Formats: sequence, C-alpha cells, structure tokens
Amino acid sequence: MTDAHHPAVPQGVEELDIIGVRHGAFGAADGGDTSGFGGLVDPIVMPAPAIRPFGGWFDEVSDELELALQAGGLPATEAIEKVVIYKDEITYHVRREHLLAFVTMLRDEPGLRFEMCLGVNGVHYPGETGRELHAVYHFLSITHNRRVRVEVSVADGDAVIPSIVAVYPTCDWHERETWDFFGIVFDGHPALTRIMMPDDWPGHPQRKDYPLGGIPVEFKGGTIPPADQRRSYN
Amino acid sequence: MGLEESLPSGVLLTTVEKFAGYARKGSLWPATFGLACCAIEMMAAGGPRFDIARYGMEVFRASPRQADLMIVAGRVSQKMAPVVRQIYDQMPNPKWVIAMGVCSSSGGMFNNYAIVQGVDHIVPVDIYLPGCPPRPEMLFDAILKLHDKIQDTKIGANRREEVAELEAVALTAPTTLELKGLMR
Amino acid sequence: MSTDNVTFTNAAGSEEADDYAGSYDTTEGRVYNVSGGDWGTIAGAPDGEHDRIVVNMGPQHPSTHGVLRLILEIDGETVTEARAGIGYLHTGIEKNMEFRSWVQGVTFVTRMDYLTPMFNEVAYCLAIEKALGITDQIPERASVIRVMMMELNRISSHLVALATGGMELGALTAMEFGFRERELVLDIFEMVTGLRMNSAYIRPGGVAQDLPADGEQKIRDTLPLLRKRLKDTADLLVDNAIWMGRTVDIGYLDLAGCMALGITGPVLRSTGLPHDLRKSQPYCGYENYEFDVITKTSCDVYGRFLIRIEEMEQSLRIVEQALDKLKPGPVMIEDKKIAWPAQLSIGSDGQGNSPEHIKEIMSESMEALIHHFKLVTEGFRVPAGQVYVGIESPKGELGCHIVSSGGTRPYRVHFRDPSFTNLQAVAAMSEGSMISDIIAAVASIDPVMGGVDR
Repeated sequence: MTDAHHPAVPQGVEELDIIGVRHGAFGAADGGDTSGFGGLVDPIVMPAPAIRPFGGWFDEVSDELELALQAGGLPATEAIEKVVIYKDEITYHVRREHLLAFVTMLRDEPGLRFEMCLGVNGVHYPGETGRELHAVYHFLSITHNRRVRVEVSVADGDAVIPSIVAVYPTCDWHERETWDFFGIVFDGHPALTRIMMPDDWPGHPQRKDYPLGGIPVEFKGGTIPPADQRRSYN
Repeated sequence: MGLEESLPSGVLLTTVEKFAGYARKGSLWPATFGLACCAIEMMAAGGPRFDIARYGMEVFRASPRQADLMIVAGRVSQKMAPVVRQIYDQMPNPKWVIAMGVCSSSGGMFNNYAIVQGVDHIVPVDIYLPGCPPRPEMLFDAILKLHDKIQDTKIGANRREEVAELEAVALTAPTTLELKGLMR
Repeated sequence: MSTDNVTFTNAAGSEEADDYAGSYDTTEGRVYNVSGGDWGTIAGAPDGEHDRIVVNMGPQHPSTHGVLRLILEIDGETVTEARAGIGYLHTGIEKNMEFRSWVQGVTFVTRMDYLTPMFNEVAYCLAIEKALGITDQIPERASVIRVMMMELNRISSHLVALATGGMELGALTAMEFGFRERELVLDIFEMVTGLRMNSAYIRPGGVAQDLPADGEQKIRDTLPLLRKRLKDTADLLVDNAIWMGRTVDIGYLDLAGCMALGITGPVLRSTGLPHDLRKSQPYCGYENYEFDVITKTSCDVYGRFLIRIEEMEQSLRIVEQALDKLKPGPVMIEDKKIAWPAQLSIGSDGQGNSPEHIKEIMSESMEALIHHFKLVTEGFRVPAGQVYVGIESPKGELGCHIVSSGGTRPYRVHFRDPSFTNLQAVAAMSEGSMISDIIAAVASIDPVMGGVDR
C-alpha cells in the first residue's frame, strides 16, 4: 500500500486499504472507450479502519474481547489487526495464528456468546499483494442479538488458515467450499476435500484469475463471447 | 429387437409401425430426472391441475430400467454429467430424451465453467423445450410433439434407410455460424 | 459324472481344475455341469467378519429431494454412517454475478434456492440497499409488497416441503394436495410478476412493477380458499397414525446439536428455541406485523412437520395484514440514479410497455433517454465495502454477503444458504437409525439443492 505500488495515492496520505486500481471510468478494457475518461486511474479503497470509540454496542463487544484476550495471555493488538466499521457492521481483521483463540472466546465469553457461526467464505483480492485471500466468517449471537464479522487475510502462496471446526462444527462444509473455490487450506480440518466441484477438478474456480469458462454462443453469421470476454462498458 | 425388425419394407411394416408407435406413445413412462427449477414445474405438471396422468405418464419411474423417457429438467453440472449419461445408458431401447428448459437445451443463462452447455453434449435429445422454467403446458406441448414423433418412428428396414439418410444430411450440414438468413 | 479332477479349457487355452463346473466334451460342444450345495468346500471364507456395505443413494433418486447423493454405510437395515455428497447442481452463480451488473444479479440469485425465489431476491436487494445506504428510502408500498410476496412464497415452499416429504415417505396424496394448493399461490405470483417462478421481481430500490388493478382483490379472494385447503392437507397427515409412526422420534436433533451444526429454521425451532430473524432482526417492516413464532419441543421430524403447517397459517395472517397495509404509492425508490426506470403495464398490443416512460425518453428528452440507457446497461455503482444481510427464509437463515469494489458489478457475492448448512445435520440425525428414517430426516431438513450447490 505504499506509493510505489499504487502511484495513484498521493504522498503523505495514511495507509489506505487499497485492493486495486481502476483504469478508465467505464470498464472498457479493450481500448474502446471514446468518452475521454479512458485515462482515469483511480484506486479502489475499501472502508478505513475505525478508531475508538466505535459507538453503540461495538465498544462493549470490543472491550469484552480485549479483556478476554488479555486473560488468555494474548494482547488484543497482536490478535486483531484492525477493526472496520461500515454500514453498522463491525469487522475484526484477525491474524491467522490467533484465530482459534479468538473464535473460542467469541463463543464462550458470557458477554459475547456468539453461538452461531454462519459459515466461512473467501474473497480473492489479487491487487492486495501479500494479503490476496481473505476468509470471511460471520457470527450471530442469539442471546445478545448481535452480528460480527471476522476476516483473516493470507497471502497467495501461503494460504493456510487454522480450521475452526473444533469450535464451530458448522464450518465443516463451509471450509471445504472455501478450499474448493479459493485454495485456502484449513489446517486441522477433518476432511478437507472438494465439495462442489468434481473431486479431480483442477484449479479453484472462484478466484479472480480463474476464467468464467463459458463458450461463445453461435448465431447465424456471428458469435457472442462469454461474459468475461465480452466487450463491456460497466 | 424382434420379429418386426426383419419384416421387409411394405404395407405390413407400415401397419406395424403405426401400431407400435401408437402403443409406445400411449404409455410413455418418464424417469425421475428432475435436477433444478424445471423439476418443480415437471412435478407441477404431475400435479392435479396440469395432470400428466391424462397421457399415461404419471408414473415417474425411479428405476431407469423401467422408463422410456428421460426428461432432463434443469441445469446439468459438470459433476452430474456422467450420472446423466449413466442413467441414459441404463434405459432400455426404445428411449427418448426431452431437454426441458434452456439450461438443459443449451446451458441457458449459465454460460460458465460449471454447467454443460446443453445436455445434447452428453445424450441425444429428441425434443428441446425452451423456457426458464417452461410452464407445465409448455412441457405438455413438448410431450405431444414427442408423441407425434414417436407415432411416426420407422422400424426395421425403414428405420435403417431413414438413419442412413439422416446421417448423410447431417454430415454435410452447415453449422449455425455458416447459416444465412433472417432470425428464423 | 464325477466332479473330481475334471478339467476345462479356459479362454486362454490352458486347462484348469474347476470343482464347481465340471465339464465334458460332446459332439455339440462343451457341456458344463454346474452343481450347487457345495458351500462347505469353499476355502478361506472368513468367519464372523462383516464386510462393510456402502450403499449409494442418488444423485438420481426419487426420494432424495433433488440431486443429493447419500453415501451410507449400513449394517443390515441400520445405518452406521451417513455422508451427503453435494455439488451435483453447482452452477457457479456467484462467479457469474461478478460479470453482470447489480440488477442483472437478481435474475441469477433468484435461481439459487428455486423454491423460494422471492427470499433470494430480497436478501440480495436488502444487501445492496444497505451498501447503498438507501434502506430508509425504500417506499412503504414496496416493502409491504415484498413482505406479501415473501410470505406467499413461504407458503408455497412449505407446501412443496410437505408434498415432497409426503411423497418420499409414501403419502402420494400429500403430493397432489400440496401441488394443488401451490398452484393457487403460483397464480398470484403470475398475476403480480408475470412468472410462476424465478421472476426477478424484487429489484434493488423496490419491486419491478406494481400490483395490477384487480390484484389486491384477487389475492383477498384466494386467501380463504387457501386457508381451507391447507386445513385439508393438514387433516390428512396430522394425527395420522401411519404418518406419526414414520415421523415421531425420527431424525432427532436437540438444541445443542443444532447450535453446534449452525442449523436455523424449522429444524432449530423444533428444539424449542424461538429464533426467528423476522422477530429478532426485523427487515422490510416485519416489526409492524403480528404473527407468532411457531416452536415445538419434540426435536423430531413430526415436530418440524407441524411447525411448517402452522407457519403457513401464520404466513396467511401476515399476508392479510399486508393487504390491509397497502396504500397507494410508488413501488420504486425515488432516487432516479438507482430506481429501475420503467413501470411496466400491459399495452394495447399485449406487450409489456410503459407508454408514458417511452414517450418521455423517445420523444421528449434526450437526456432522459441517455439516462435510461446508462442506467440499464451500465447500472448504478455501489460504494466499496462489504455488507451482510440475513433474512428468515422458510429453510432457515438466508444470508447475503456482498463485497463491492465501488463499481457497477459485484466484486464478490456469497450466499449463506440455509439448506447448505442444514444438510450437514444428515449424519447427526440419521446415524443409528434405519435407511427409511434417513429419507424422513432429509425430508424434514427440506434441503433445496439449488441453494446447497449454488
């Protein structure tokens, strides 16, 4: 996220969560943009980390978490990389080494009691070097009627995240699906195999570098290429 | 198949064809092959309002060995493709296939890595039924067209002739890309 | 003819001694005498060791609720291990949506859980609206229509659950009843949206078009008929000795099991926990409707079946309240940068048109034409960030997680489908029971494979 990687970010600006750079205003990648906005270079910035006080019940939950982590011998700044609050939702970016301890606390602490994990899913940000693959966990607390999100980022070549199946057995199939589609290996999962694609399928389909895989549609006298290869302006 | 296969071409054979066609179309038993949304419309076609039983087809045979018709209803994924073929192979002759819905006819709206772009990549299809999903009445239209097709099926020597003709035409047929003309 | 030291020539031409098919040559060829009753002479048969019998049910199977593959290890009739194999309907919908605009995503999303298309659409649209920050600007009429369509869809989904569940367990009349009732609901859908299923009716910002002029009355007229027919269906199976014999104490999963496996929906409510997102985290104005959350405490298939029947009754209550709440007004958000441009109606030529809108963009204002064009082809932009919205679908919590990179296309859309999570419970519910109980257990989970595999 330095200027060398993203020349669009001016000097002196604090570290932004930039996941890529948009070229051109209308998405035309094949030089067909005659609007004059084709030379636009715009960083894609995700919402910035939040600073305390967060407001509402976010502070309560964050305090509980920090206390619990402290009691477990883990300083909060080490486990939690950053906290993002966007549209009334709180996301804890957690380091993968401390994920298991973190979710155990989420489940067990009386003030937190996030009994239900709504599953894992992955997101691939190829533009965010060193943190390409994100695993996103959503938790619901039925007792306190709250939701949080936990996000773990790993680099492409080293996509290993500890499995939380021991704490939340519901993530069994979700982790298999994330492995299937993104190639994130969940360490400690009882049976990490492909679940949606055939067992011998090569590649991980939902990554951004995996093509959509369609075939051109034939009409009389012409073909229309599949959606990822079409000329498009959005 | 039987004695009728060795009948010589002629009036006797055409009468046998008519009778055999009538018998076959009268009680065409579908195999349960509902995959996705089209399967729900197929089940609705079996329901009381649309009532597929008036064609004698309400018995959706679970076992392909007892079925004549495979209505591929829904999107065929890459993982499901070998299963489709296996079920088709398990069906005894004579058998027919209706590709119900656009997903089984041509891949539908899902032009991607996961869906076979038309079940005719896997099994020979007799009737293509577009729709997303096609209404039960549209399914009946397809079934009735299939009935007509079955009624007119040739047997024995006539069939062999017909197959040779069709093959000759198909070998020289132009692809869609090379066809000229208006939309239809 | 002695069976000792007879030899036959096998295919390779060499001779072998065969104790069970002694043969001799005749003028007609080789004749084999196959004798039986010689099991005692079979050497090396292991004693008392049971082979594992692994039975594969599906993916093509009349009773497995769609293309679900159940891999069962059985010991006689008892299932010792049950695993579900899924992915036979994987369509890559989530990846497909990354190449289409936000509104085009609705047509994809609606085909995930194809029995509850309205819920898929609502979850997706609520997530987009949350990301855009326009949740308060959705017109009230649009929210009421959304609630009405969702509850009607809940009825039709539960009807299919009962119908197919009944069919799988042998109650074929339940199938016919269920689909007959469902036709009433589908008629309403067709009248309002134009299609029976998968209608892409609910769009970000509101709904695609308003109810037709006589729509309200027609829905009102259908409700008493639906109520009566639902009662008929219920009378068929509730307190039916055979049905109870097949479903009571089958597929047992208590609260701890449900929480561990992340189960939501009727399965969770059958354990006694009244968890319903319509009450705890209301959306689309659900806090203004009066309805009960149905729970049972039996944790079995029969309890879930009763819950579904009673939930349909509650849904009818909500639809009636929604009809009373309908007030004239717009059904699309006012913000013209997001609202889908045209309000369609059937024109004189039978085609769907919006004559005023067409007149404006074609004859009156070039800017309006350009605006319409850009809005429909390019679409609106959603600010960068990620959002999660969970709604209570008939199967459980349906969650939509969208990640936007600020563009006109989703960066990533993921659906937390309830059937996907609930299906993990098959093993817990059915290991130790008989094969026929698995069918009942799976039917009570009511998985829809389109949602499971997406």
